[in-house]
Amino acid sequence: MWGFLKRPVVVTADINLSLVALTGMGLLSRLWRLTYPRAVVFDEVYYGQYISFYMKQIFFLDDSGPPFGHMVLALGGYLGGFDGNFLWNRIGAEYSSNVPVWSLRLLPALAGALSVPMAYQIVLELHFSHCAAMGAALLMLIENALITQSRLMLLESVLIFFNLLAVLSYLKFFNCQKHSPFSLSWWFWLTLTGVACSCAVGIKYMGVFTYVLVLGVAAVHAWHLLGDQTLSNVCVFCHLLARAVALLVIPVVLYLLFFYVHLILVFRSGPHDQIMSSAFQASLEGGLARITQGQPLEVAFGSQVTLRNVFGKPVPCWLHSHQDTYPMIYENGRGSSHQQQVTCYPFKDVNNWWIVKDPRRHQLVVSSPPRPVRHGDMVQLVHGMTTRSLNTHDVAAPLSPHSQEVSCYIDYNISMPAQNLWRLEIVNRGSDTDVWKTILSEVRFVHVNTSAVLKLSGAHLPDWGYRQLEIVGEKLSRGYHGSTVWNVEEHRYGASQEQRERERELHSPAQVDVSRNLSFMARFSELQWRMLALRSDDSEHKYSSSPLEWVTLDTNIAYWLHPRTSAQIHLLGNIVIWVSGSLALAIYALLSLWYLLRRRRNVHDLPQDAWLRWVLAGALCAGGWAVNYLPFFLMEKTLFLYHYLPALTFQILLLPVVLQHISDHLCRSQLQRSIFSALVVAWYSSACHVSNTLRPLTYGDKSLSPHELKALRWKDSWDILIRKH
Amino acid sequence: MPPATGGGLAESELRPRRGRCGPQAARAAGRDVAAEAVARSPKRPAWGSRRFEAVGWWALLALVTLLSFATRFHRLDEPPHICWDETHFGKMGSYYINRTFFFDVHPPLGKMLIGLAGYLSGYDGTFLFQKPGDKYEHHSYMGMRGFCAFLGSWLVPFAYLTVLDLSKSLSAALLTAALLTFDTGCLTLSQYILLDPILMFFIMAAMLSMVKYNSCADRPFSAPWWFWLSLTGVSLAGALGVKFVGLFIILQVGLNTIADLWYLFGDLSLSLVTVGKHLTARVLCLIVLPLALYTATFAVHFMVLSKSGPGDGFFSSAFQARLSGNNLHNASIPEHLAYGSVITVKNLRMAIGYLHSHRHLYPEGIGARQQQVTTYLHKDYNNLWIIKKHNTNSDPLDPSFPVEFVRHGDIIRLEHKETSRNLHSHYHEAPMTRKHYQVTGYGINGTGDSNDFWRIEVVNRKFGNRIKVLRSRIRFIHLVTGCVLGSSGKVLPKWGWEQLEVTCTPYLKETLNSIWNVEDHINPKLPNISLDVLQPSFPEILLESHMVMIRGNSGLKPKDNEFTSKPWHWPINYQGLRFSGVNDTDFRVYLLGNPVVWWLNLLSIALYLLSGSIIAVAMQRGARLPAEVAGLSQVLLRGGGQVLLGWTLHYFPFFLMGRVLYFHHYFPAMLFSSMLTGILWDTLLRLCAWGLASWPLARGIHVAGILSLLLGTAYSFYLFHPLAYGMVGPLAQDPQSPMAGLRWLDSWDF
Repeated sequence: MWGFLKRPVVVTADINLSLVALTGMGLLSRLWRLTYPRAVVFDEVYYGQYISFYMKQIFFLDDSGPPFGHMVLALGGYLGGFDGNFLWNRIGAEYSSNVPVWSLRLLPALAGALSVPMAYQIVLELHFSHCAAMGAALLMLIENALITQSRLMLLESVLIFFNLLAVLSYLKFFNCQKHSPFSLSWWFWLTLTGVACSCAVGIKYMGVFTYVLVLGVAAVHAWHLLGDQTLSNVCVFCHLLARAVALLVIPVVLYLLFFYVHLILVFRSGPHDQIMSSAFQASLEGGLARITQGQPLEVAFGSQVTLRNVFGKPVPCWLHSHQDTYPMIYENGRGSSHQQQVTCYPFKDVNNWWIVKDPRRHQLVVSSPPRPVRHGDMVQLVHGMTTRSLNTHDVAAPLSPHSQEVSCYIDYNISMPAQNLWRLEIVNRGSDTDVWKTILSEVRFVHVNTSAVLKLSGAHLPDWGYRQLEIVGEKLSRGYHGSTVWNVEEHRYGASQEQRERERELHSPAQVDVSRNLSFMARFSELQWRMLALRSDDSEHKYSSSPLEWVTLDTNIAYWLHPRTSAQIHLLGNIVIWVSGSLALAIYALLSLWYLLRRRRNVHDLPQDAWLRWVLAGALCAGGWAVNYLPFFLMEKTLFLYHYLPALTFQILLLPVVLQHISDHLCRSQLQRSIFSALVVAWYSSACHVSNTLRPLTYGDKSLSPHELKALRWKDSWDILIRKH
Repeated sequence: MPPATGGGLAESELRPRRGRCGPQAARAAGRDVAAEAVARSPKRPAWGSRRFEAVGWWALLALVTLLSFATRFHRLDEPPHICWDETHFGKMGSYYINRTFFFDVHPPLGKMLIGLAGYLSGYDGTFLFQKPGDKYEHHSYMGMRGFCAFLGSWLVPFAYLTVLDLSKSLSAALLTAALLTFDTGCLTLSQYILLDPILMFFIMAAMLSMVKYNSCADRPFSAPWWFWLSLTGVSLAGALGVKFVGLFIILQVGLNTIADLWYLFGDLSLSLVTVGKHLTARVLCLIVLPLALYTATFAVHFMVLSKSGPGDGFFSSAFQARLSGNNLHNASIPEHLAYGSVITVKNLRMAIGYLHSHRHLYPEGIGARQQQVTTYLHKDYNNLWIIKKHNTNSDPLDPSFPVEFVRHGDIIRLEHKETSRNLHSHYHEAPMTRKHYQVTGYGINGTGDSNDFWRIEVVNRKFGNRIKVLRSRIRFIHLVTGCVLGSSGKVLPKWGWEQLEVTCTPYLKETLNSIWNVEDHINPKLPNISLDVLQPSFPEILLESHMVMIRGNSGLKPKDNEFTSKPWHWPINYQGLRFSGVNDTDFRVYLLGNPVVWWLNLLSIALYLLSGSIIAVAMQRGARLPAEVAGLSQVLLRGGGQVLLGWTLHYFPFFLMGRVLYFHHYFPAMLFSSMLTGILWDTLLRLCAWGLASWPLARGIHVAGILSLLLGTAYSFYLFHPLAYGMVGPLAQDPQSPMAGLRWLDSWDF
């Protein structure tokens, strides 16, 4: 206890100077003149708008990835004191003085800089030499595409950072496993693996690929552990449990946490409200909540309601009717009932109001006490402004001739009786006696005479229907589909007996104050589902490319062009590194196949530990490349060169591994080894040279003459911008 | 096995020896199992009444087969009208009999067989197969239905034999056979003129011969070994030749073969030469043979279908020249394009069609209200355009003018022959693809404005060259905006008659969508040349028809507001398919799996995964299993594993598919899942019986369990058989209905 009296307190610090140097160089290359160009560069225009939403705390929906990525960028804006006031409308627009460009770009740049020492660490943890590790880090350092991507307000560098962190911490954990399981550092690295994985997934869905890879490797290692009969059953169980918690439970919890924070941050209603369900909108501040606050919860006979389609495709809309009738004869010669049109209308309108009427009574007001409508009740829906009731009959619908026409009934005295009884079915009912609730209940209207279901067909009516959406009675309704399901959005108890009075009532907004809360899980699942289901048009883009073009770097993306000079920024890789990375991968695959076949015939070329090292490095690096690259062939969305960067980093990690392997095991004599080393040095200097040549396009700091630019266009498919004067 | 680290990722030495030790494993698997194994191979001397067992074995097989045939052929002629997709496949059968060319998204073998069956049974190909519900009347349809039912009936004995071979247990095989015989879904699907019974026949045949050949592994290069190996290849070709779903069974056989070769390669007692022989044998029988057969079916297909028909427009101009009756067949047209020529312009991308225009205008709100320009797959006089000089409107066909050829780089105008409007584009957004420009027909009698000018370019040729009909790949570049004429391949809404959108794309990337060729060419002033030089070679035809099929398949996209079947619906039997009839007066047939069978299958998959992982973990932990248990676990892991792999391969890929999916796509997977159920319950019951000490009791439990499963399945079939054999009378909600009380899920509509 009093030891420090007897012995001096000594602190020894091991400082790996090469690591420090690498970090320094990484920071220098990524942070140098970070605020240049002071203009919106490429996808900054896209991410920027979400940062503004965060700053103003306005709800938005973005299908490109989970919210953690946007939050990281927004954190930069928060630290720099950004107020969100910038119009992100075009690439190249100059930033106004209130935009803290440096701090907005800082976090991605730091992530990019730290990837350099991490590459060093990973190769070391794979038990390859210090020299190989330096090689990997230096390649990361000079890779032009990685530099460009990390110097801007984009997410790829952050994703790469977490990918590498996940792999690195798993390796650290795995190396701890051998000598000190359940030690503090063992726990630390294990947990960090899970955390890094979920951060990667939280940045972009692409992170899932690396997560799956790490899980796969962990599963194989756990299976070996299971076969280790020196361990007791309890011990094995503890091992498995710890892995399950760290690699499965923690990521899920963290992922939910991202959404939780996201929903807390953006609580105001905004431009994307319409896509969400009424219940979700009501949980945001402003917007629909302002209208629905204080509405009565239970729909009663005599209630005035607006009905929103739950599916909401092609656009969210409300059940609607107006004075106009269906044309007597359609363009294609079919006839209609010539009754009042019923449509679905994507805007709020007084004609969207309907009154729920009890078929057995005549009154259109809520009795006191109100008699709530329950599942299975028979109702009539009376259109508020015209007092005609919703009707369907055996007449073909205007655009979907296989379904029935839906109209508001007009009695023409032509032996076509009204068929306006509908049975209410609450789809998400808890029991069969549930009451129809505003916003919360999802209901279907089943026609009593024909058992047709009220449905939004999704087709736009022609001019006579004002291009509103067609409503039909679907006879063959099978199973659940959102287009047949409706919910009450605005609701009040009708009180006016007189039609004139009622019209005035319909025009006036309803107000009383009760807030309605949706649980976090309900909001999370809806948001997540909508994000995954949102399909933007497969838009072509000038710089989109196909995965096959990536490997050979046949494409580039022009990110920014100086408004006056020809200084420009491109996403353009170091071609030497890309080609040799692919080459290394091919060599790795061929060598592995060769070794595998030989081992199968009991010829062991490599000592056991070298073989295991070789396999693990391949599983993580070549595997990391494969899982981050191959799935793109199955994707139908628009793809860009930067989608390849995560795969590229894994290729860069593999390169020195293969080089060292060749030098250690395939070069037979000292002479060969020396020649090989010389070749590697020559190759690396050529990579440096290429990197330096392309530097003006990476940093955009130097205006080149058209001649020089033409000289840089090494491939015909590269699109380098040359000004015509 | 090195016990450590990453090494295991690449190694599979864990994989136990299989195949060649089949009989030994069986002997270990308990006394009665061994008895049955012995019964299987009559050569082996056995105790007791060997001959009697052999007779019993054959009798059981015969019984199973008979029962299968009886159920499938019972009331085969009902209903005497077109049911569901019979309207497609019956029609395609007729096309073969009439030898008219058509297009379908599936390879030809299945339809060819249907056509052959119809031909042999005296069907003359005159029935129109217009829509479901049409009466066959005097037309002979039983031949085609009978053929499908015949193939469908073999599924049961095939499954029976497969399971018998995998598990060496008669009771497991019987259980599987019962599940499949008594499944209303398999039954319904086998009774009509459809591709599915043919497809499933080949899939099961491939599976059976693969399993058989695996068990011949101890006698390599013997006659049965060769027989089963080549039979596997033949069945694979058959499966792929019917539908592309056959790729999944090819994948399964491929994986099995790779594992097999890997095992042989690691056997150091075999020389490399022997291993090479093994490899060659498999390459010959599993790659070369199926490919040859598959190609042969296409050769027959193209030979039989020699007349022009409804499928012409889907194919390239050169292809069409082969078809008699097509206007390109034996045609002779002017070779080089000249001003004044009347032409049709076809997009080079498969299944896009001809540049087309008609008198209808774009509707209000969609670009400028000018005449629509679309692409259209069928031949039509509205596809005709006249090629004119951009600056004069004089008639170039006037005999006083000399012939002037169109050259690469010329500025031209394309005038629509019927409406005399010029092909036109401007800075309005296109109707579907918002980033492209709209293309319209503009002007009166050929007088328009400078937006009608296009530069015609031949891809990869020098300026100044003439343009060849059919062979030149040309692009049209709009002079004012610099965009390229192309088709996005998107279907226009009703106002555009569901033809395809034509746009002018500002992205100058060279894609097939924006490359065209001139197909018909009429110019009386030019000499005609014969087109025989264009005849494409067979490999070209083969490649092209595959491209068209793949595009057709991926073009079958579901629409947003429609109910579509999702893959997760299928194993839970969520929803069936109406084959015939809707109302209570109709004769109704409803394709729905027997829920008892299907839900048992679902439960079995879960149970299998559970018990399989328990056994695998126990073995990995080095637990010492008693010999009988070890034998049974081997059956479960290896036999069950193969079948489970089959189920996985035939089910999960559907989750990745973007095209429209239907319930019947699950049936190949369902076959595998039923086999798994058979193996699983038999093994579990045996394990259970083993756990309960004394063996008469144990045997009793096993027999009772199997019997109750058999009887339960049969009883459920008795309940649900009207689904397949047809129902009349009120719907199931009505207590009077024969199906009253059987509508267990709300989503079933019968």
